[in-house]
Formats: sequence, C-alpha cells, structure tokens
Amino acid sequence: MFRLTRRYRFSASHRLNSPYLDEQGNAEIYGKCNNPAGHGHNYYVEISVAGPLDQRTAQVADRALLDRLVETRVLSDLRYADLNRAAQGLENLPPTTENLAGLIARRLLAAWPEFFPGEHPRLDRVLVRETRKNSVELIVSDEQIQGCRQIDQ
Amino acid sequence: MLITRRAEFSAAHVCRNPALSDSENEQIYGAEAAPRGHGHNFILEVTLEGEPDPVTGMTYDLKKLHELIQKEVLEAYDHRFLNLEVPPFDRLIPTPENIAAEIWRRLASALKEPGLRLHRVRLYDTEDSWVDYQEKQACSG
Repeated sequence: MFRLTRRYRFSASHRLNSPYLDEQGNAEIYGKCNNPAGHGHNYYVEISVAGPLDQRTAQVADRALLDRLVETRVLSDLRYADLNRAAQGLENLPPTTENLAGLIARRLLAAWPEFFPGEHPRLDRVLVRETRKNSVELIVSDEQIQGCRQIDQ
Repeated sequence: MLITRRAEFSAAHVCRNPALSDSENEQIYGAEAAPRGHGHNFILEVTLEGEPDPVTGMTYDLKKLHELIQKEVLEAYDHRFLNLEVPPFDRLIPTPENIAAEIWRRLASALKEPGLRLHRVRLYDTEDSWVDYQEKQACSG
C-alpha cells in the first residue's frame, strides 16, 4: 500500500470565539486567541492519499491534479483571509484548528469524485499545523467518504 | 514498538514513461519529466517494529539499522543517476513510490533479525512531498 502526502501552506487571520459562549466564557476558554481584533498564523496543511500504484504512471496519485484540487477547492479562499468571515463552511463555528481540519476534509471529499472519479486513490488523512507547537490530525474513515458520496448523489 | 532511523541521499532521476508521448509525460510528471534529469536530497525514514530486548531496552541497535541503510541503500543510491546507474530503474520509472518500494525490498531481504519486521519506508523527495510504503506480510524471523 502506498500513501502520498503533500504539504501546503497558507496564512490567515482568525479569532477564536464561540457563538455558544458568552463574552466571559469565550475569554476564559480561548484566552489570548479570543483577542477581539484577531491574530494570524502560517498554517501548514498535509493531505495524505492512499491506494495502489497506477500501473501507467507508477504513482499513487496525480500530484498536479491533487495540487489543483487543494488550491482551487480548498485553500484559495482561505489564503490571506479572515477565517471568521471569509471561510465558507465555518459560519457559526469557531475557527479552531480542529474545525479547520474538518472543513478541509469536507471540501476535499465534496470535490473528490470530480477530480478522482475512480476507486483509487482515497483521501486518507488531513493534518493542519497551526504553529510549530500545535497540530491537529484527522484520519478519514470509510464512513465519512461514503457519507459525502451520498450527499453528492 | 516502532523505531525510526532517518538517512539522506542525493540522487538524480527522470520520471518518464517511455510508452507515452512527451506531452503526456509532461502532463503526468510536470518538471519531473525533463529528459536531462534533475536531483533531490531524498530523505529516507525507515521504521521497524518489534519488542524491546529486556536486557538492552532496545528494539534494535540503531547503529546496526544505520549500517543496514548505509549498505543496502545509500551505497547504491547516493550521488547516482538512478535511471542510468541503479537497476531496476533502467526499466522501472523512479517515481518516489517505486523508489520507496524498491528500498523496502532491499531492506526486507537483508533484515534477518528474529522478532523484528520492517514497518514502513517513508521517502521525501522534497520537504513538502513524501511517500509511505508498507507491506503487510513482509517480515523476518
């Protein structure tokens, strides 16, 4: 079994603030990340795809195609954006690294059949590194893939 | 328990399928298909799986693992043009996937330590792109 991982970067600003908490609750939970004016990070995103080798190309996935999917459908509107306002799919969700990883996985799965219509490769993992000290990793399950396919149909 | 040793080798390669046209190769492999070749500082991570020895507290001597990687991989690959000088890449496209699988084969056949199995070969061609190769059955002892 082969797994290909590509790492991408983008910079964006955000403010951690949950609509389900009051002002004091937000300040307590998120601390300096709750600063009303916001702050930013240089994010790293790792996308892993898995599958057998394509016999024609000796690759598990077409790298240019994966890069295009990630750029056009996932990262283009996050780059240099205010994640609280500009990130479609994060409305009413605090833009934590966890929610960002979930958003990226949902966007990838929604566009996946268009870019990779065959059985392989499958999306295997999304990792978002917010700072050098923090990262969140999401292992993509068969159920999540199936769920997104059903929504598409 | 998993233990990992990292190594580095510098090598040139070209990713082209001779059965395909120039434009198809460029479409699939991009700049990696440029006929004169190009190079990378490949980073290799070899992960072994086994239980620590109760006396030494070690799963495998990392110095031995270093020597194994040196002998089986680096002596053959480092500062070489893979397509021209390192079989089977005269007939197998040296994509990172094929290089990782070939490194797996070399290490798996040389690793004869009881209770120890090769778990994963990870190969970075740049720091932003890497391939993992794992076989379920390959093991030694």
